Amino acid sequence: MLAVRLVKRNDFAEWRDKARRLLVAGMAPGQLVWRVAGDDNGLFEAGDDMLPDADGPVGSVPRRFIALGEQVIQHADPGRFAVLYGVLWRLQSDPRCLDNAGDRDSALLARMASAVRRDAHKLKAFVRFRAVEGRNGERFIAWFEPDHFVLEATAPFFARRFAGMSWGIVTPYASAWWDGESLAFGSGGRKSDVPAADAVEEDWKTYYASIFNPARLKVAMMKSEMPVKYWRNLPEAELIAPLVRNAKHMEQEMIERAASQPPARHLRQQARVLEPEAVEGINSLETAREAVQSCQRCPLFEQATQAVFGEGPARADVMFVGEQPGDQEDLAGQPFVGPAGQVLNDIIEEVGIDRGRVYVTNAVKHFKFAPRGKRRIHQRPDSDEVQACKFWLDHEINLVNPKVIVALGATAAQSLLGRSSVTISKLRGKPIALSETTMLFVTNHPSYLLRIPDKEGRTRERAKFESDLAQVRDVMREMEKSHRSCSSA
Amino acid sequence: MAALTLSRKLAILADAAKYDASCASSGSEKRSSAGTKGIGSTEGSGICHSYAPDGRCISLLKLLLTNFCIYDCVYCINRSSSNVQRARFSVDEVVRLTLDFYRRNYIEGLFLSSGIIRSPDHTMEELVRVARTLRETHQFAGYIHLKVIPNAAPELLIEAGRWADRLSTNIELPTDVALEQLAPEKRPSEIRTAMARLRGRLDEAAPEKKSKAAPEKFAPAGQSTQMIVGADGANDAAILTRAAGLYSGYRLKRVYYSAFSPIPDASARLPLKPPPLMREHRLYQADWLIRFYGFDVPEIVSGGQGGDLDLSIDPKLAWAIKRRQDFPIDVNRAERERLLRVPGLGVNAVNRIIASRRYHRLTLADIARMTASIDKVRPFITCADWTPGGLLDDQRLKQKLTPAPQQLSLF
Repeated sequence: MLAVRLVKRNDFAEWRDKARRLLVAGMAPGQLVWRVAGDDNGLFEAGDDMLPDADGPVGSVPRRFIALGEQVIQHADPGRFAVLYGVLWRLQSDPRCLDNAGDRDSALLARMASAVRRDAHKLKAFVRFRAVEGRNGERFIAWFEPDHFVLEATAPFFARRFAGMSWGIVTPYASAWWDGESLAFGSGGRKSDVPAADAVEEDWKTYYASIFNPARLKVAMMKSEMPVKYWRNLPEAELIAPLVRNAKHMEQEMIERAASQPPARHLRQQARVLEPEAVEGINSLETAREAVQSCQRCPLFEQATQAVFGEGPARADVMFVGEQPGDQEDLAGQPFVGPAGQVLNDIIEEVGIDRGRVYVTNAVKHFKFAPRGKRRIHQRPDSDEVQACKFWLDHEINLVNPKVIVALGATAAQSLLGRSSVTISKLRGKPIALSETTMLFVTNHPSYLLRIPDKEGRTRERAKFESDLAQVRDVMREMEKSHRSCSSA
Repeated sequence: MAALTLSRKLAILADAAKYDASCASSGSEKRSSAGTKGIGSTEGSGICHSYAPDGRCISLLKLLLTNFCIYDCVYCINRSSSNVQRARFSVDEVVRLTLDFYRRNYIEGLFLSSGIIRSPDHTMEELVRVARTLRETHQFAGYIHLKVIPNAAPELLIEAGRWADRLSTNIELPTDVALEQLAPEKRPSEIRTAMARLRGRLDEAAPEKKSKAAPEKFAPAGQSTQMIVGADGANDAAILTRAAGLYSGYRLKRVYYSAFSPIPDASARLPLKPPPLMREHRLYQADWLIRFYGFDVPEIVSGGQGGDLDLSIDPKLAWAIKRRQDFPIDVNRAERERLLRVPGLGVNAVNRIIASRRYHRLTLADIARMTASIDKVRPFITCADWTPGGLLDDQRLKQKLTPAPQQLSLF
């Protein structure tokens, strides 16, 4: 038997150095016992002074072994050094055994590492500092009893978190100290080494009792996350028993304290609050824009962010009507600000339509979509929804009174023509008299251009779209001319 | 009125804040006070510093700046018509409590909400002032969650996002109709517009792949919302549909479901009985399955009845029992998406299975080591040494897998 002596109980670098030399010496796990400073030597054990040095690499281990080892070394199990060496030995001939989560050794290391992580987490969570007035201002000291040797590896967390504070954490096996600049470790101590109380603890207990909801008692849940063994060092824990005992009573009291007469302040307030003015007659784009926000004529309002009303001059010559707001329009509250709007704007500019004479809107004012994870997938409004929303489109048409309306896509054309189905290719390219004063052009929705996969098709369809808009431009120029000749006559 | 002591204010304004379920302090940027004279850090995952006997984690100091409110939302303890005792913190009082608690390692940071006083802008300004004082005057690097008041000016939102880790706007109820009935001053489209604005800001702050200039910081832990369950008649399908819509539209990190809880001085318009807490739990499970396991709302709800989830077993198991024709699944071959649909297998277990099966064919004992709930898994899989045989078709499968009702905990 060879006794391998370690100075520290949880220093992976020290263990690693010994382990490398043991590997070089070809020592099998069964030939070793591991001792930490303070342990007694066995009677017939040889020391490890004669181990050969290991300068270069002595073998290879997966990165995962190092990561696990750094945690497992903190485990309180006295067998941890041997466990690690056993796995290291096995890895030399079976280098992938840790990749199999079902493997016995792999599962054992994972379990030990997980216990250490949990203990370190509880240290971060349940340390309770108490303030002490010192010569150099306030210091904060805490007593904590970890299950494993986790203080050294966890202390840097406290240094990062409480950088501007002077603090110490005392455990039975070691202590950690931060003076605002550097971290130092000392020997373990006793609970009586830290102050017995702190002035802020009363406020903390007040908070703890007040944030508790007696109507939702779940003691088992609390105990599984905050095991009873930690309670003796948590100032708030003394409230648990009385809070639980009184919970039923408190809940009953809440329920019995039924509604009473509202306070006078409430009545004064209610008198002051003006009922939001119901939009009476819709007689301007402004009133319509306001009223549409309360529209519940179809179910689409439930999921959309807001109703998206049209935009443009109150007396525009041309009105473009799209299908419905898309994702970006819904968020922004403005029509045609998304990708399709970009296409439309580009082509309007290209063919030379005067933006100042254009009003843009949609046949349906709320965005219809199906949620797909983090995206909203556009869905075509059905005929009931289109029909319901015609109310608002009619208001816009009456108020703006455009001479030309351009239906972008089938939905807009259906709405404007009052038909249940239309074929764009049959309708495009020639004006349709919508009324005595208004003519309608039908063309594709600009989003159609975005959906064509091949470049050739895209160019062809874009040309058709441009030619449709060029027609609109020509009609607008005609109107302007006749307008000019009228006014000059 | 005699001035209230700080301790009394704390009791009132913590009590008033406890109906907000969110206590998360994770998912923010990595940040610490190292090298500063300040305190505070956020390192990804949050820490629960204590647990109340209601089983809920205490991670943040959750407070209302004031419980005075000009709104009269029926479900809320702070509604203007309630006779609950009122109090109001000063900005400095909240700052001091936060720092005092943080220094003693009681909390990860501050969750601050408020009743609406005077106007949405005024209220939001006060919330922002607390956060700014903590960050600028005290170099506080801990976690801050601010409630967003719908309708507050966009500039205030921008400033809130500069100081806070997370912002939230409560959707309150699953349907607009219910909200109009129970919260007459709140307008659903205004709440969603506030979320849409936040999403716009969050998108801008998300680092573009190509641009080198770092965008201005905005709420690195994103936005969340809360829905009250059981105060109106909405079924689970309506609740989850609403949630899915919000997740997809506003990039929410979380939707919190808060089972309506009896409040003192309750309005007669509220239901007499609170919903079972299990309903809230099942909704969280379903929400998780929708976000991380590739289920959609109709699938999840189909496991229960009449648009509500099954309360007796978890939603994935409930779905699987009704979809037995899709099982058993061969754990040694099935794709990840299919494995995720096996009851009892979580993301971690599936990761382990996929990593391990490359080396050898997995046995039932292997699987048992990778999951905590092998009993639930067994009927739905095949592996090297196991097929469920008649077990999967057992008429009593659901009964067999339904956990025994828990003993009431004696204390």
